[in-house]
Amino acid sequence: MKYLDEYRDPVLARRLLADVHATATRPWTIMEVCGGQTHTIVRQGIDELLPEDVRMIHGPGCPVCVTPLETLDHALAIAARPEVTFTSFGDMLRVPGSRGDLLKLRARGADVRVVYSPLDAVRLAAAAPDRHVVFFAVGFETTAPANAMAVLRAHALGLDNFSMLVSHVLVPPAITAILDSPDNQVQAFLAAGHVCAVMGWTQYEPIAARYRVPIVVTGFEPLDLLEGILLAVRQLEDGRHQVENQYTRAVRRSGNTAAQDAVRRVFQVTTRTWRGIGPITAGGLTLAPEFAEYDAERRFSAAVLDTDGLGSLENADCIAGAILRGTSLPTDCAAYGTTCTPRHPLGAPMVSSEGTCAAFHNAGRTR
Amino acid sequence: MTDPTALSCPAPAAETERVLLGHGSGGRLMAELLRDVIATELGTDPIAEDAAVVDTGTAEVVTSTDSFVVTPRFFPGGDIGSLAVHGTINDLAMRGARPVALTLAYIVEEGLPLDELRAITASAARAAATAGVPIVTGDTKVVQRGAADGVYVTTTGIGVRHPDATPSAAHGRPGDLVLLSGPIALHGTAILSARESLGFESEIASDSRPLHALVAAMLDAGGPDVHTLRDPTRGGLASALNELAETSSIGVDITEDAVPVPPLAAAACELLGLDPLHVANEGCLVAFVAPTAAEAVLHAMHTRPEGAGARVIGSLTDEHPGRVHMRTMLGGVRVVDMLVGEQLPRIC
Repeated sequence: MKYLDEYRDPVLARRLLADVHATATRPWTIMEVCGGQTHTIVRQGIDELLPEDVRMIHGPGCPVCVTPLETLDHALAIAARPEVTFTSFGDMLRVPGSRGDLLKLRARGADVRVVYSPLDAVRLAAAAPDRHVVFFAVGFETTAPANAMAVLRAHALGLDNFSMLVSHVLVPPAITAILDSPDNQVQAFLAAGHVCAVMGWTQYEPIAARYRVPIVVTGFEPLDLLEGILLAVRQLEDGRHQVENQYTRAVRRSGNTAAQDAVRRVFQVTTRTWRGIGPITAGGLTLAPEFAEYDAERRFSAAVLDTDGLGSLENADCIAGAILRGTSLPTDCAAYGTTCTPRHPLGAPMVSSEGTCAAFHNAGRTR
Repeated sequence: MTDPTALSCPAPAAETERVLLGHGSGGRLMAELLRDVIATELGTDPIAEDAAVVDTGTAEVVTSTDSFVVTPRFFPGGDIGSLAVHGTINDLAMRGARPVALTLAYIVEEGLPLDELRAITASAARAAATAGVPIVTGDTKVVQRGAADGVYVTTTGIGVRHPDATPSAAHGRPGDLVLLSGPIALHGTAILSARESLGFESEIASDSRPLHALVAAMLDAGGPDVHTLRDPTRGGLASALNELAETSSIGVDITEDAVPVPPLAAAACELLGLDPLHVANEGCLVAFVAPTAAEAVLHAMHTRPEGAGARVIGSLTDEHPGRVHMRTMLGGVRVVDMLVGEQLPRIC
């Protein structure tokens, strides 16, 4: 397949691996930020082919995983309402809230649907004026432009039966939070290529300079990751700390300015709680006051308040927080593969294919 | 609006467009449906008996039944009618049987356009005729609107076992080669892109087709050395291999490079975040064959169009019994797991 096969070439991959082996003279710890990158690394066994001293830590870049439990509980409360058609990307449906998940709610009769684009949710709303269509807007900077477009579209159509449950998160503040954490071990980052395709990489330059940490904008195919790792190791060996772009076929320094404009128009930066990590200042997006009427949490505030009254309960055995911060591996968790499996997940990282625990489990990693 | 107090005649106008509850009543309306739609499309006389007599000689009889609820009912490469015929023929073939006869049963939702029932029946009849397996009896029930989604189809098949073969999920042996008859991931991606109108520029067609002639060629060539046959339908190749590994208490080693995924299906999987190994197939099979017979069996597969792309994708081992390992393109090894629940497209 054009644009895919050439980034999966086994001969080139072995050459890059040999380069990493030849370049690394000391132990280094590198974090890949995005869950899609984790998936490729674990599926292809890249981490096991690297030099023993080059350690990959799997980062918090799984939007499903970092969506806070309270927000999931709000989603369940809103989706249970008889007038609501609740729409979401597929992998949110199995994430456990405090009391069940969206798939089980659907089996009990709630109108919960998988959509492939937020604009599909807007179309549903336009076609069914007697229903209220809610879209679960989760994700990083990657999905924010499409979600912004959906709000603008609903606004242009004058729809009053469409709203969004927004739980958008932003990558640079999360990287900063990891670097500020006292138990941080990360010495270099592979930044998420698709996030940078939207946002560019200027936001990462002050981070690289301030923390003296190399950041390599990296794609998602095996060769992308191997090259990203090689560039990071070279910087570490040379004592450099720059922002480098491995993903040149998709990312420019300034990013996609039209997409950024749409996001800036519809959303504003806010402090957001990341599941497993806690509140991150300026760590997410919320709807701008001008578009507050599309805020599902505001529109269904009574249902949301009822849920908050019940409290949100994380499973006590789940160490998702430590895994998302990169301080523990799934195989360090007592529940991993025993009480927690993709069939019966205790925490979000076991649900999404982007999640580190699911990536490990699907690849058959054992303790 | 009609005046509710006005007298009106309660006898319904003759309905020729849609299925009515009365079509399932067992009365005259039902007889008409069977005569004018079902029997006409099947090209048979209306069936007067509730059971058919089939002469199977003295061989072992193999039987299988399967229900089909696919949405959408018509998709590139087939429809629920042809799929129901192929599905049961293939289930029989996987036990080494030559299919002899099929039954066809419908559960129809009131309101289904008759033209649609006609098209589905005609398609089932065509599929059965092409496969050379007659539909010998059947049943039709109609349920209230909302109690079913359009039409559900159940086919039951009987077949007779090939005299030299006893393929079974439990018969895999260490050293056996794993043969795959053709490309994977076509049916599931065709259904998903039709269901969600994903708008790929060129259409992905389902691989739905009968495999009994391919199996007959394999068994003629390999006989009892064809240990195991399985069509990897729902759950895909990954789930089929895992089931077989477990049932045979054997380890399966496959090579990622060797498993053919057509470019369009691969692109759809990339887009939707699906693993091609978990995507449903309806027109390929996987076989465990003794290494001494593998070449002859592979050669026999290549003589059939549905086996033209047949190849060895791996082998069986007594290490890691019950598990499927895959050598990745980069030379790493990962465990291939079964699909859990339904496939959920991911966010990004």
